[in-house]
Amino acid sequence: MTIWAATDWYAFFFLLFALLACGFAAAVLFTSNIVRMAFYLTLSLGATAGLFFLAGAEFVGVMQLMIYVGGTLVLLVFGVMLTARAPFLSLRPRSGEWIVSLIAGGTLLFLLIASAFGVRNWRTASDSGPLPLAEAQTATAVGAGLTGVRVDRLNRDAAGHALSQLPHTDSGYLLPFVIVSVHLLVVLVGAAYLARAKVRRRSATESTASVEG
Amino acid sequence: MAEFLVHTLSLPAPLAYLLAALIHCGFILGLVAAGAVVFIWAERKVSGRIQDRLGPTRTGGKFGWLQSPADGIKVLAKEDLIPRAADRLLFRAAPYVSFSSSFTAYLALPFADGWVAFDTNVAVFFILAVLGLEVFGVILAGYASGSKWSLFGAMREAAQVVSYEVPLGICVVIPVLLTGTMNLTTIANMQAGWCSNWLIFHDPFTFAVFWIYATCALASVNRAPFDLAEAESELVAGFMTEYSGMRWSLFFMAEYSSMLLVSCLAVILFFGGWHGPIPVFDWLGWAYPGGASSWQLTGFLANLAGCVNFITKAVIGVTVMLWIRWTLPRLRIDQVMTMCLKYCVPLAAICFIGALWWQVAGWWSPNHWLPLRPDGPGGMRETWVVAPEAACGEVARRLPWADSAPPHGAARRTLPGCGLAGPPAGWRTGSPAAARGGVQ
Repeated sequence: MTIWAATDWYAFFFLLFALLACGFAAAVLFTSNIVRMAFYLTLSLGATAGLFFLAGAEFVGVMQLMIYVGGTLVLLVFGVMLTARAPFLSLRPRSGEWIVSLIAGGTLLFLLIASAFGVRNWRTASDSGPLPLAEAQTATAVGAGLTGVRVDRLNRDAAGHALSQLPHTDSGYLLPFVIVSVHLLVVLVGAAYLARAKVRRRSATESTASVEG
Repeated sequence: MAEFLVHTLSLPAPLAYLLAALIHCGFILGLVAAGAVVFIWAERKVSGRIQDRLGPTRTGGKFGWLQSPADGIKVLAKEDLIPRAADRLLFRAAPYVSFSSSFTAYLALPFADGWVAFDTNVAVFFILAVLGLEVFGVILAGYASGSKWSLFGAMREAAQVVSYEVPLGICVVIPVLLTGTMNLTTIANMQAGWCSNWLIFHDPFTFAVFWIYATCALASVNRAPFDLAEAESELVAGFMTEYSGMRWSLFFMAEYSSMLLVSCLAVILFFGGWHGPIPVFDWLGWAYPGGASSWQLTGFLANLAGCVNFITKAVIGVTVMLWIRWTLPRLRIDQVMTMCLKYCVPLAAICFIGALWWQVAGWWSPNHWLPLRPDGPGGMRETWVVAPEAACGEVARRLPWADSAPPHGAARRTLPGCGLAGPPAGWRTGSPAAARGGVQ
């Protein structure tokens, strides 16, 4: 019984899911078969969703499953199958590509780490211990937050009742959200345009026939 | 469950959580496996009867009920083949991806009031998201088999499932918007009482949208007449061509458990979940009142009967799917796409707007035939008041109806699921139905 009590189980599961996510992300890097890459990417993103669930952010976790694991990967596999020809099926990056991608990825990683440790509001006090699990009302809070009401920022008294002052932004997050989604839509349309099969005019009749057959 | 283990049996918390998780998973796995066994037998019997045959009679005693165990032994004893051209890793992984995603979706599915493994307030969203992952296993299987039949089957399935997720999502959003929550337990409990309270009878648009949901669900679980991915007359067995033995049967278990899952979801969203057509246990006063937490024998019995009621409705749904499979011919791929993009999506969108309009206008629903007894046990009409006033007063003050004072003596309803004050009776509507009953 002591070993059960002595282990920090939240940390254990956090590390487990984090290890899975990072391990499969590395597997994506070191595989050259593009469909296996997609498979490992699914597992990595799924483990990230597990991290969200572990943190009690169920809405974000389901979003991760729905959008990244589900939507993007089905699209990815689609794209692979529609465009996969001999040179693309097995991706072996050249050394120049390695350097460019290392610079880009390293810059992003540096930015993320710097902001994660640099922004004061994102840090909890080191002696506060694990935060208590709150009643999950994530969907409601996210919905209210989109329209500019931050439920988590309500000033509460000791009994947990909201006081009158409410820090809020008038526009909420709706406008940035819409801008980002329209941006993503444009990117997807562009990707579909670039990836589509270039059908020459004289073989157009043949391809129609093969589609119908 | 975990709280019960901690407090009553005084187990250490991590062990209790592990034990609770194992028990939940065991129950769900048992349900999925038993469901597959029963449905495989039922499929043979139903197809036999529809085609004027007897179906299996010689295996086992009455009605050939040992047919499924015999099938199981046969499948276990088959040779496990992996083609030489296959991508071995993905070929082995694909059945598990398919099966585990359709199994995981059951975690958020409540079987009776409070009988749910993972009680989340985004349960509808969770189930849709996880169920959408099942297609990934099929695509992997089709690609990894290294066979043209498999690849064709997987491509068809991918195109079909990705397209049908759009109307399916719109259909599912309508009950969510009418009830104001994504928590499946709350959605089902809001339909307590008589069957006129079921959301399918809420208004003509929800009645119409159920049939669209049924069509899209049939397509998204890849059942006939939408089973192009395994069209045996043209593609051998589609994405399952190269599979044999246990791996093959995992795909089949995934298919049958997905059928049961979309059927269960339909029962909760449109048919009142575990609340029967006649509120027997509300009359007896056995059902747990809202917010009760202590265990009672009467409440347990009511929940047990509710669970049986729920599974009966879901099995009726699956039987209808079997009936459809052996009645309708298979569609062509262009007909499948036409059905989705030209009919299901526009109709679902129209029903979406119509149902919301009906709700805002507070028009008539069959529920108004029943006498209003808001204080009665369980309520004879919609008792759509669940959450107490919570500590969200400031948010409530920003809601558009914050300035309209409630009529004298009328209790202000709360928006379900969040504890915010809802619109007062007759807010922006002034319709006699809304003013009279204060419902809708």
